[in-house]
Amino acid sequence: MDIQDKIKEVVTNHEIVLFMKGTPDMPQCGFSMAVANILKFLEVKFDSIDVLSSEEIRNGIKVFSNWPTIPQLYIKGEFIGGCDIIKEMFEKKELQNLLENKNIKYKK
Amino acid sequence: MTIKQEEIEKLLKEGFPDADIEIQDLAGDDNHFSAKIKSASFKGKNRVQQHQMVYSALKGKMGNELHALALTTEEK
Repeated sequence: MDIQDKIKEVVTNHEIVLFMKGTPDMPQCGFSMAVANILKFLEVKFDSIDVLSSEEIRNGIKVFSNWPTIPQLYIKGEFIGGCDIIKEMFEKKELQNLLENKNIKYKK
Repeated sequence: MTIKQEEIEKLLKEGFPDADIEIQDLAGDDNHFSAKIKSASFKGKNRVQQHQMVYSALKGKMGNELHALALTTEEK
């Protein structure tokens, strides 16, 4: 399977998936850590993919999303944004509204 | 790999001639910047699309020479 198809399958089959450097418990970059921490704070269930474990995914996700940086957050198959966008959405409660609208449980 | 603030500014001004642009070198290392861009061309676009427009104005430098650019976009 082509890497773009694989990524498509990943974002389709996971409700929330974060492409990041490292893991939520051992992030390898401050930007990835910031987004993982927001998701942890909201107590949403999410999966993560460590792009450092695969050069193919690391480059493939940038092409897939037309987005040059990591982290990248997908919710129900939709690209929501990178670190700046997620932080801004969280601060403005837009992320919480989006979770609400998509019927995803989080801590209020 | 690093990039000069003037170069970022030049690319952004070319991409968004009408924009108010504020750039800061956050760490003084030519590697971590923040940019605030206010442009009429962001009208009707969501945040992801607005940031994609900025990245395309930076012509592939984002994620390469330019490691970190904290971005805020706003409609004018």
